[in-house]
Amino acid sequence: MTTLTPVLTENWDRPDSFTLDGYGDYGAARKALRMDPDAIIQSVKDSGLRGRGGAGFPTGLKWGFIPQGDGKPHYLVVNADESEPGTCKDIPLMMANPHSLVEGVIITSYAIRASHAFIYVRGEVLHVIRRLRAAVQEAYDRGFLGTDILGSGYDLELVVHSGAGAYICGEETALLDSLEGYRGQPRLKPPFPAVAGLYACPTVINNVESIASVPSIVENGAGWFASMGTEKSKGFGIFSLSGHVTRPGQYEAPLGITLRELLDMAGGIRAGHELKFWTPGGSSTPIFTAEHLDVPLDFESVGAKGSMLGTRALQIFDETTCVVRSVLRWTEFYAHESCGKCTPCREGTYWLKQVLKRLEKGQGTEEDLGTITDIADNILGRSFCALGDGATSPIHSSVKHFRDEYLKHFEIGGCPFDPAASTVWGNA
Amino acid sequence: MTYSPEVRERLERDAKEIIGRYPKTRSALLPLLHLVQSEDGYVTDDGQEFCAEMLGLTKAEVVGVSTFYTMYKRRPVGEYHVGVCINTLCAVMGGDQIWEELSEHLGVGNDEATTDGRVSLERLECNAACDFAPVMMVNWEFFDNQTPASAKQLVDDLRDGKEISPTRGPKKLCSFKEASRVLAGLPDGLAGDGPSAAGPSLEGLKIARANGWKAPSKEETE
Repeated sequence: MTTLTPVLTENWDRPDSFTLDGYGDYGAARKALRMDPDAIIQSVKDSGLRGRGGAGFPTGLKWGFIPQGDGKPHYLVVNADESEPGTCKDIPLMMANPHSLVEGVIITSYAIRASHAFIYVRGEVLHVIRRLRAAVQEAYDRGFLGTDILGSGYDLELVVHSGAGAYICGEETALLDSLEGYRGQPRLKPPFPAVAGLYACPTVINNVESIASVPSIVENGAGWFASMGTEKSKGFGIFSLSGHVTRPGQYEAPLGITLRELLDMAGGIRAGHELKFWTPGGSSTPIFTAEHLDVPLDFESVGAKGSMLGTRALQIFDETTCVVRSVLRWTEFYAHESCGKCTPCREGTYWLKQVLKRLEKGQGTEEDLGTITDIADNILGRSFCALGDGATSPIHSSVKHFRDEYLKHFEIGGCPFDPAASTVWGNA
Repeated sequence: MTYSPEVRERLERDAKEIIGRYPKTRSALLPLLHLVQSEDGYVTDDGQEFCAEMLGLTKAEVVGVSTFYTMYKRRPVGEYHVGVCINTLCAVMGGDQIWEELSEHLGVGNDEATTDGRVSLERLECNAACDFAPVMMVNWEFFDNQTPASAKQLVDDLRDGKEISPTRGPKKLCSFKEASRVLAGLPDGLAGDGPSAAGPSLEGLKIARANGWKAPSKEETE
């Protein structure tokens, strides 16, 4: 049986966890600043840490792409724009334990030889922004940031930058454009940010949880981190359970744990109901059903079953939930958040929304199912960035698993579900 | 209308401090738009003119950016801007019903404010608190685990001027303008208020503690 492994969440039940007193003395940063920067990069490579923002790219490898001795400034940008539907791990992490991120920023910036770092946090989370800024200020006051950090001769400035409401800014190059003061629209790659990122300089962009995991790796060693997880998906991660589950919340566990194991801990699906469908890692990851309860939640196993581990955002829906309504709502989200830069995504999400609305009202036809699949086929792989691809995941996976439910809508000329039965109070 | 000399001087002082944090000045545009919103309650013509002047941009460049982001409001919002999450998870858990009842209760729709200017409503996309569904936000502070009744009580209290505490946030809810100032990057000293974590955020940790589950020690893995 897999058990929970609280590391990043370990101090969250301390009332002062967001202060230095409740966090610790930056022992990992002290240790790192006495190390050769390349040795830190090697250690993170050895740990097997892969990006926790969804894509799972090896973190140490990404850092290794930064050209050294190029005479240009280097930048670290933390992607704290957590907005993928269902994803709710970085926000509580930064609220409760911002110092793990700040310490990770110091170590990472030192490793990649950056002297300026940014945390780009979504704007819609005021108290999280306060906590981050207070932690950064505390770190400056104690000499962990600024000039000649802890007498090492290393200088680092860290700025907390608030976004202004745009899911697309979670896409790393859109984030860079936004941080430069432009509309947040993705850039053509290559060049990749490691070569030409912020202000056209070498830049590492990492997710909050990835960077916050770094101090523990430096502190305990690559072998310690790699002792958790599976062969190719090492370490721990925060699994976020939401929806029709008895005890929703944040569960920090080794990668490779299954939904069945997590549900056992979380008291199962809410009383008197059964699992119908779920997302392994947010709305952009194809939905799973009860037949996937035992899929190890690691990058490879989830991929092999046709979905993606994503951000471990486990949105759980029971049998009272209408799949068509759910997919419509996600599609409306993608249409709302499409930045407009490329035609397949801008037009495709718009038309998907129109057809799904008709289907949900029971006014569609079987031909409409062909239409939404066709539109999704024309977005997937043809859009400028992953937002468009993500928009097709709920479409394709829902038609695959729940075709009959779509048909039922126009057979009876309406939605066969009572939305009141799905609500928190509807169960009472 | 342009800013009075006193207001202008104050805004310039704040703007220069913010601009000074960035290697390139244009990076300060998003914070400066939050700053003018903290003065005017929305992104005004004057505010955009001010941003353009401070950053050496044309007004068209500023407008091109401000219209892209949903948090910049093009007309006044209420003193308390209330958002209801209607993305799938929250909608299914009751957000749709909350939205319908709240909108009817206040007589305003999406992106509209009550005539007294106290409360405005917005249909929100996912706000990263799904384990607390259904979620509402007021001036970007969390109001977790809402019901139609609690939502209506909340807006009534806001309109009556009662003191309100977010679920996870400061003791006293800020106004929309005050919140915008924090977003611009200017501290309000309230970071220490409120819990570290609450409710579902602690669920996994509680279970781990109850079972004595821990991450392996460094020694075990050497």
